[in-house]
Amino acid sequence: MSLFPLQLRDVVFRPNGRAVLEGVDLTLSGEGITVILGPNGAGKSVLLRTVCGLLQPTGGSLDWGGGAFDPLAVGMVFQHPVMLRSSVIDNIALGLVPRGVGARDRRLAAMAMLEQVGLADRANDNARQLSGGEQQRLALGRVWLTRPRLLLLDEPTSSLDPSAVEAVERIVRQIRTEGTKILMTTHNLGQATRLADDIVFLAGGRVREHVSVRRFFSQPASAEARQFIQGELPWHLAF
Amino acid sequence: MGGFSQAIADAFSLLLGFDARVFEIVLLSLQVSSLAVLIGTFIGLPLGACLAVGNFPGKQAAAVVVNGFMGLPSVVVGVVVYLVLSRSGPMGDFGLLYTPSAMVIAQVVLVVPLMAAISRQVVEDSWRQYCEELSALRFGWRDTVRVLLYDCRFSLSVAVLAGLGRAMSEVGAVMIVGGNIDRSTRVMTTAIALETSKGDLPLAIALGMVLLVLILLLNAGAFALRTSVMRRFE
Repeated sequence: MSLFPLQLRDVVFRPNGRAVLEGVDLTLSGEGITVILGPNGAGKSVLLRTVCGLLQPTGGSLDWGGGAFDPLAVGMVFQHPVMLRSSVIDNIALGLVPRGVGARDRRLAAMAMLEQVGLADRANDNARQLSGGEQQRLALGRVWLTRPRLLLLDEPTSSLDPSAVEAVERIVRQIRTEGTKILMTTHNLGQATRLADDIVFLAGGRVREHVSVRRFFSQPASAEARQFIQGELPWHLAF
Repeated sequence: MGGFSQAIADAFSLLLGFDARVFEIVLLSLQVSSLAVLIGTFIGLPLGACLAVGNFPGKQAAAVVVNGFMGLPSVVVGVVVYLVLSRSGPMGDFGLLYTPSAMVIAQVVLVVPLMAAISRQVVEDSWRQYCEELSALRFGWRDTVRVLLYDCRFSLSVAVLAGLGRAMSEVGAVMIVGGNIDRSTRVMTTAIALETSKGDLPLAIALGMVLLVLILLLNAGAFALRTSVMRRFE
């Protein structure tokens, strides 16, 4: 069953009465890369966690192509991925454990994935001793191995150097080529122009714009988006 | 003072002369405590991890009970296990009372809460760190417990050592359910208590020295193993 179009209707998230998402309406198709932009505290990460099912919205609903939410079809990579105290190959195979894949098949699939993310020569190294960029590639490979239909990326390249950013972006493009829908957040406008098909601009817990990347950067419709692109977004828009 | 020096000298001669009685008692102690800790590890560590990861009604109360049972008086455990294993008790037909098996059961009851409480604390700290990642990978609670126990293996060695320390140094429970029968259920702690009360200090001191050395050696070995493996994976 298809997860798409994914429709968020009036999604509200107010932990302890503090407004984080204030009625998010958004429709996502099943293809391409959608980048969520917005100032700090706009609710980008909370929105991704809500879509992932890690947070329950206080109000509103998510409609998954008219069907039920399939958790196994949705994966997420975090800003700071966590590595188990184990080898690189054990860490990349981790995502297959809850899917009931046997140890031997896990290892074979993990080795093939390590080749794809360029970490095959580090297979038996301690995962915690990888660089930040390598850990993020491992985290991407770990989720990619589960073949999600929707992949959520929460600022996957923040605090990475340019060459590591380039390596991560290359993997993201590869995942997209395989037909996985990607919804990601970033503060890097250059990255948004390089990767995005469409942009969701979030400010004050609401979607202010959802347009193509070209249109967003050439003709931003809202004053907030214009100011954000120019780096002048007033601080009070952020919670 | 002279009597004390003589007792120590006699204790050394018992040890250096490989006294059969001493080594029989030491061997039985090691067998009983090792088996109890092995069983306790398979019960206590997963139990603690389930308490850390699980989300069920009464979770806090269960954690309080487990923590409270860490300091369970061994004589109370001894009496309860005695009642269960005695002829008129629910497990009386098995005829386990005054056997090493009864001592193992009593020590398991003593070490499980201790190991579970330490395991709960260690795994809970780890769970806070991994919660989102494992939830996003769609780990169920069983897989989560397994992965976290594996991930915390170095820290959990402390729980196993604590269990072993408690089992080997415990006297009240094994005295009650084992009966301290010579060449059958006499272990180091019960023998030390008995020989001291009889005034046979050399044997008590010899066994006390062996007990201390064993506990120190086990701790040193575990520390060395933990340090070398942690160097690879931390």
